[in-house]
Amino acid sequence: MHPAYSVIFFTTASGAGYGLLILAAIFAVGGLLPATSLLGFVVVGLALGLIGGGLLSSTFHLGRPERAINAFSQWRTSWLSREGVLAVATFLPAGLFGIGWVFLGKTTGFFGWMGVAAALLAGATVIATSMIYASLSTIRQWNLATVPVAYLGLGLMSGAVLLAVVTRLFGVHTPAVDVVAIASIVIAWGVKLAYWTTIDRLQPTSDLGTATGLGRFGAVRLLEQPHTEANFLMHEMGFVVARRHARRLRSLAHVALFALPLMLTVAALWAPAVTAAVMAVGAVGSLAVGLLVERWLFFAEARHDCMIWYGR
Amino acid sequence: MTSLPATRPEKRLGLAIDLDTCVGCHACATNCKEWNTGGISGPLTDVNAYAAEQHGVWFNRVFTYEVGGEGEAGRTVHFPKNCLHCENPACVTVCPTGASYKRSEDGIVLVDHDKCIGCKLCSWACPYGAREYDEVQGVMKKCTLCVDKIYNQNLPEEDRVPACVAACPSKARHFGDFADPNSTVSKLTAERGGYDPMPEKGYRPTSKYLPPRPGRRGAAPAATAATASLEGAGRFLKWVDRILTR
Repeated sequence: MHPAYSVIFFTTASGAGYGLLILAAIFAVGGLLPATSLLGFVVVGLALGLIGGGLLSSTFHLGRPERAINAFSQWRTSWLSREGVLAVATFLPAGLFGIGWVFLGKTTGFFGWMGVAAALLAGATVIATSMIYASLSTIRQWNLATVPVAYLGLGLMSGAVLLAVVTRLFGVHTPAVDVVAIASIVIAWGVKLAYWTTIDRLQPTSDLGTATGLGRFGAVRLLEQPHTEANFLMHEMGFVVARRHARRLRSLAHVALFALPLMLTVAALWAPAVTAAVMAVGAVGSLAVGLLVERWLFFAEARHDCMIWYGR
Repeated sequence: MTSLPATRPEKRLGLAIDLDTCVGCHACATNCKEWNTGGISGPLTDVNAYAAEQHGVWFNRVFTYEVGGEGEAGRTVHFPKNCLHCENPACVTVCPTGASYKRSEDGIVLVDHDKCIGCKLCSWACPYGAREYDEVQGVMKKCTLCVDKIYNQNLPEEDRVPACVAACPSKARHFGDFADPNSTVSKLTAERGGYDPMPEKGYRPTSKYLPPRPGRRGAAPAATAATASLEGAGRFLKWVDRILTR
């Protein structure tokens, strides 16, 4: 599948934003973060900024972005529509939670409940995003239970690493943030390892024989394709550039997305405050690179069944 | 609405495509483009139409496959591919806008181009590659089964068939109602063992493909035996034998 930059940026940025929102709400409501105005502004602002920026970026992928409002109507059947509805719905409790924290210095009571609601809706939005991909039976590398788990895990993990940076820079750091970061990195790493192992072993369920129904007469091979130049399908679904480099890119993802952030987060636990903050910033930088590579691979390694007709 | 019709459509319009008689001339694809570029889905835009790397929207694509071996051993089968107007079309249910829908009256799957936001998700959901994005207009396009032709009261009744069917010079394309057991398409499907392509996907296409017949090569061993017994016969006898075995 063609990896559209707008969609890669959207899923990674808004995933991180939702992860940060979930963890910030849990920590603030749980009394592990002080209800100070500037901290609230930075944390909630960063989360909503990443979410909003990602959502805005996703509209660049549309042929008719001016009609994007239509996408909220078909939540009964469409995961894409559900994602849109949930994404917008999250802004209401998240905004109220932010107002309580930033302007009233309150993260408990009503505003605490808004935080809980925002966290739940944020989690549901990430799952809806992942289900857009996981529900497609046409792409075997996506039609897997590990896909929603990976999206949620990676979102929480990026949120945890971001929260570690902010709390360290504000001097309100608590080791509980690092524990969550380390645990979520380990879990997400495990899920992605399982995902990559699974897709390497997947066998196609369809081939030219079943597609054309001519398999009964023997082996089927493409003699002539219908057109001499690449069409929409081949541009959109027949993306092959990255597959050749998949191994190397996976190694890069292992290092940048998981190994380095994990090492830096663990090391920061024993480092002096300033060094620890630098390490936490480094972890975010490494994670950002790794996440973009991982998401690019998620598309590039996905093979669409309609390419079978083209003998691919 | 992208919800599928609650009950099975009363009529199930579709095509029966005969792979035995298709000659791979691409007339169906060309006439489809011609009709539909001026129809409700029109224009079917092209990019770089007269230059290298041209691409554009087509609803019908004719593949050519070689089956059962290469070269002389294999047989060539032309395979026109277009929307099959599935009974379980995931392209419809994934649509976030309601632009994609399946008609409850005849089962035709259509796109409302005024609602479509061009997210392309429907094309991702189709294993048949039947939907093609119009990058000039920013919306998704697909075969309409010539809905603007088959019901067109301004046309003589015999012309109320999809453009691909009208154009086919080898009568390889048949149009009709699969819900009616007495329709030509239903009878052909029953007689010839019409089948669904990629049935394992569970999309339950309405349109069917009629398989190639066994062909003369299937009778080859018998013919070889007859020829063998003619060893030593003169040219005249061989001619007589050829005439009589026809």
